[in-house]
This record gives sequence, structure tokens and C-alpha cells, in this order.
Amino acid sequence: MSAANELTSIQRDDLRTVAAMIIPASDEYEVPGADDPAIQADMLATFGRDTAMVRAALDHLARLAGRPLAELDTARRDAVAQEFRATGGVAAATLVRVVLQCYYRDDRVLRSLGLELRAPFPKGYTLEHGDWSLLDPVKARPAKLRGAP
Amino acid sequence: MNDPVDVLIIGAGASGAAVAWSLAETKMHILCLDQGGWMKPSEYPSTGRDWEAKFYGDWSTSPNVRGRPEDYPINDDNSPIKVVNFNGVGGSTVMYTAHWPRLHPSDFKAKTLDGVADDWPIDYDTLVPFFEENDRMMGVSGLSGDPLSPLTHPPMPPQPLGLSGPLIGKAMNKLGWHWWPSDTTVATMDYEGRARCINLGHCTPACAQGAKASTDITYWPQAIRAGVELKTNCRVREILTDEHGMASGVVYYDKDGVEQFQPAEVVIIACNGVGTPRLLLNSVSGRFPNGLANSSGLVGKNLMFHPYAQIYGYVKEPTDSNRAPPTCLWSKEFYDTDLSRGFVRGYGIQFVRGAGPVFEAVASEQKGILPWGADHHRVFRKLHGHRLGVSAICEDLPEEHNRVTLDPVLKDSHGIPAPRIDYTISENSWKMMEHGLARGREILEVAGATDICTNSPIPWGGWHLLGTARMGTDPACSVVNEWGRSHDVKNLFIVDGSVFVTSGGVNPTSTIQAIALYVADQMKQRLANLFD
Repeated sequence: MSAANELTSIQRDDLRTVAAMIIPASDEYEVPGADDPAIQADMLATFGRDTAMVRAALDHLARLAGRPLAELDTARRDAVAQEFRATGGVAAATLVRVVLQCYYRDDRVLRSLGLELRAPFPKGYTLEHGDWSLLDPVKARPAKLRGAP
Repeated sequence: MNDPVDVLIIGAGASGAAVAWSLAETKMHILCLDQGGWMKPSEYPSTGRDWEAKFYGDWSTSPNVRGRPEDYPINDDNSPIKVVNFNGVGGSTVMYTAHWPRLHPSDFKAKTLDGVADDWPIDYDTLVPFFEENDRMMGVSGLSGDPLSPLTHPPMPPQPLGLSGPLIGKAMNKLGWHWWPSDTTVATMDYEGRARCINLGHCTPACAQGAKASTDITYWPQAIRAGVELKTNCRVREILTDEHGMASGVVYYDKDGVEQFQPAEVVIIACNGVGTPRLLLNSVSGRFPNGLANSSGLVGKNLMFHPYAQIYGYVKEPTDSNRAPPTCLWSKEFYDTDLSRGFVRGYGIQFVRGAGPVFEAVASEQKGILPWGADHHRVFRKLHGHRLGVSAICEDLPEEHNRVTLDPVLKDSHGIPAPRIDYTISENSWKMMEHGLARGREILEVAGATDICTNSPIPWGGWHLLGTARMGTDPACSVVNEWGRSHDVKNLFIVDGSVFVTSGGVNPTSTIQAIALYVADQMKQRLANLFD
């Protein structure tokens, strides 16, 4: 069974809503929100070992909200979110982490951050050697390794 | 039953590989059993776009999170520092930062110099030839001449300073404090068949380039060419003994889960400071009712971790983020005892260059400095690519109540009792950590950092597993003698971090491997009367 099928329709709606609360879309930075369909699809497809924790977090969220999160007014929703983060423990932290790890690998987001759309390997990155004369004061300072009898 | 072997090594990690390679020249029949398999670099995290996410799952540093078939669970609920390790050919050298300091000469004489803990039965000079040999085998980069570290001769130049290094160096110079390029086992040029570092950045959970030294690509190919046999996916349950109290071999489960007996003339344990006491405590018999080699009662006791006090902040200038090996510089400014600081002994500092976008987002959200909502994007852009970190590696002194025992309930996938950790951070270590945080804050503030955060201790920082089968000359106060042989069982040797008497304030792998080579050398010199 895929992770998507392990969440109820209401849980998927709540996930989308809370994801948008964590990271809303921004015209200024030209990035989607974490409720973007492609990012949501990435989450649902890759919960993997986090599925149980995410479900527990969503269950906790539902208990706090008492109804689908999207149906709450803004003030109530913010209050529920604060309570969720304060009392949700490892499960809430896992849900937030899943949102963040899928968001910050989306092509549009990485492009906005000026990052290349690729895995580190095999191209790698170039690193400047830097100015080794910075070490001169260390070399000039009297210092002695502690001896041992 | 399997054919008997001359030497059976348990564990193919840092020390097991080194001792296997060194003993190979004897042309004895040497067999190593490892509970894991060979690594596949093509599957390492940095080969995929989801490289950072893997750190939270299949490539977590915690065996309890990772849960691969070759991992065994560890009950560390009663410890503020959780055990991290890696199981497989190469062991935790597959998953480490490659930071490569040595213990200092003074670390071997803590009792004589500072009146605490115990002196080692060997000294630094004894290990020098083995440090040198190991540096050549593992392939070390660095800059010789550090005035506050033991003299080394790295065969490769140091890692570039990059963007983060000068920011740290300038801050340290303003403070008048020592800093130096770290010795690391990251190849900065092509070396012995390994390609040079191309700055994949995600060094800790394995190096797809093969630039970071792990024993699956350094010692093992040479050991196997020299005739050592390595059987993978074989988990040892216990060591058996004969009517004379000598080790007769081991019981293990092969890759198909079938119980096997492997007889051996000599058994060498190389399972790290948790796995080794676990195995000894699981090897109970009528003659050894409290576990093998445990007449002193010290097997599993005196566990030392190195509590890490980590502090980091964010500067206006760009840092290296994930585009460089995470560690490149160290400081020994506060390494030696100065009682005016309020504690005895000291700590090394390792500087951290930065973090990738996912790690930055997750860590900063947890710390409460990255908000939810509309301001998230602005704040993230201020944080990402601007992080500088300082970690104090605090010397942990041996205390018997810090220990590894067998959990009465928890078992691994073969039904073998799992280890349980009971550990508290001492008052001396807390003071040291507070001092490290205060000095780290000074460094970061001089560098212009803001939004300063701390992790003290780093909860998932139990990398260094030391002291649980300590060496010494007195059988009442130690588990192995000064050349690694069990006091109780004359054909049983231990070569991993368990034998450490004190921990120093540096990453221990270089010293662990030097000790393994030293023990192998002692064995070779004593082959005619090894069991006397």
C-alpha cells in the first residue's frame, strides 16, 4: 500500500493546510508554497519509514483542531498550529521535517535559492584555497605542546 | 563445522581492518567475520537529489533509526548522549567526518600530570611508528608543523580554506587563539587509487567519490590481496572457550541465518566500545559466569563518549554550506589542563563550515529561529549559506557507573541480547562544556555571527565509544594487558576503542587504528610464545 493511501482524505487535506502554514507561496521570491501539488505528491510518495509518525502528527492535529484545519478561521488555525508545535513532540517534528525536506529539494525552490538542480555527485563543487598567510600569527606565537614524563 | 583458522577477527571496521592487514604478512590463515556487507558507493546519498533526506532515514547515524539488517538495536534511553555508529565492511569509517587528530602525549599520563583517571600502560612514543604507518595507509591530508599538536607528516596538502575557513581564522587571530588546518582522511589529491576530493559536502554518511578514507577502500583491498579472508553478513553471537580456559572459536549466524561454529587458534575482537563488551558479556560459561575476560568486573564499565558542546551562528558573508567537507580546521587552545577554568583536562575544537538547505531548514525550525508563515522565506535566505559552527570535543573521564550492560528485553534480529547504555555527564564535563560554549560564543561574535544557537551536548553525538575493556598491567584493574591480550584468556585480543584508558579531547579513530597496528606488531614479535 502506498503512503498516499495510508492517509485519509481529511488527513491529506490537513497536511496540505499545515504545509502552507509552514511555508506559504511567495511572489517576492517566486516560489510555491509547501501546499503545491507537486511538493505534496513528493511527500505522499516518500513518507516511507516516517508514515506512522506523520499519521500520529496528523491525528494530534485533528484532535487539537476538532475539525478540518482548513475550516478554522485564521486566528484559530494559528492557535492550533502553535499548540501542535508545542505539544506534538517527535511526531510533530517529523511532520515538519518531512515538509521541509520535500520543499527544499523542489526545482523551483532550489532555483530561487541560486542552487544547482543536481545531486552533489559526480560534479562536486569548487573550493577556494584561501589565504594561508592567515596562519602566520599562529606560527609566530610562542606555543609548546604539553610534554609527558 | 568450518575448518579451523589461525586467527579469527570479529569486525571489519577501523581496527579490524588494520589488524588484519598487519597480520597478513605472517601468512597465517586469517578470517574476519563482519555482521554487515560490502558497501555500494553508487548508492551513497550524494548520488541522488534526495541526499539530505537520507540522513534522516536509511543513512541516519543512529542504528536505532537506520535499522538496517546488519544493525543491532541499542537501548540508550538512560543516556543524554545517544550511540551512533555504522555496521558493515569499513564500520564507522564509512560514516564519520574524517577528522584525524591523534591523542596527545599528555593524554597517556592523565594521572601523573593531573591526578585524575589513570595513566596508560603505553605511551605516545610507542605508538608513533604505527600512527605514521596508519596515516600512510588511510591517506591523510593536512599541514605539518602545528605547534600545539603532535608532529605529523601528512602525505597530502590540507583541505582548502574555502569561504568559511578565513572567517574562522581571522576571528581566532583577533582573539589570539590557536587554530590550524585539521589533519583529515579526505584525499586532497589522487592517492593510492583513490580520487581526490571534489567537495561533495555530504562527507559523513559515506563518500561516493571515494576521497574519504574508509577501511573498505583502504586496508581491506590490500589485506584481501595478501590472503586474508573476509566473510560478510556473519553476526557473531558468542565466543566459546575450551577446558583450559582458552578461546576455541565463535558461534555465528551466517548470511542465511544458519548457526555456525568457527574454530580458531586466536580470536581478536574489533567491535567498538559497545559491540565488544556486548559480545564479551554474551559469552557466558561455567568458567566465565560474568562474561568472558571479565575477572576484573570491568567489561562494559568506564564508557567514555566525548560530550560535544556545539555552538553555531550566522554571518553576513557567504560560507561553504554543503559545498565542502564539513570540518577543515581545529584548535587546541583549551586542550591542556588549566585549573583556573574550573575543570581538569580540556577539549579540542573542531570548526564546521556550514550546512545544506534541508539540514538548515530542519535545524533552524526546531531551534525556533526559522518561522512558519510569510517571513519564512526572508529568514531562510538569511540563514542558509551563512552558518559557522564551533564544536568543543570534551574529554570524558572514566567512571565505572557509565557502562554497557545487556538489556534484559531488547534483542537483535538474531535474538542476541542487545546492549544497554547507562551514562551520565560528569560535573567536570559539564563545566568543560560550558567553557567551550562561552569560548565558542566569543569566536562567533568576533566573526560577526548572530542568531547563535547551541546543542550541548549534541544528543546524537555518541560517535566515540571508548574505555569498556581498558588496557593495563594489573589484571584487577584492567581487561587487557599493555599489548591488547586479555588477562584472563591468553589467546583473546581486543584492538578497538574499548581498550582506551582515557579519552583525550579529540576524535579517536587515528589512535584506535594505531593501537590495532601496535597490537598486531606485538603479536608478530611474540608468535613463538604468544600464549605464555
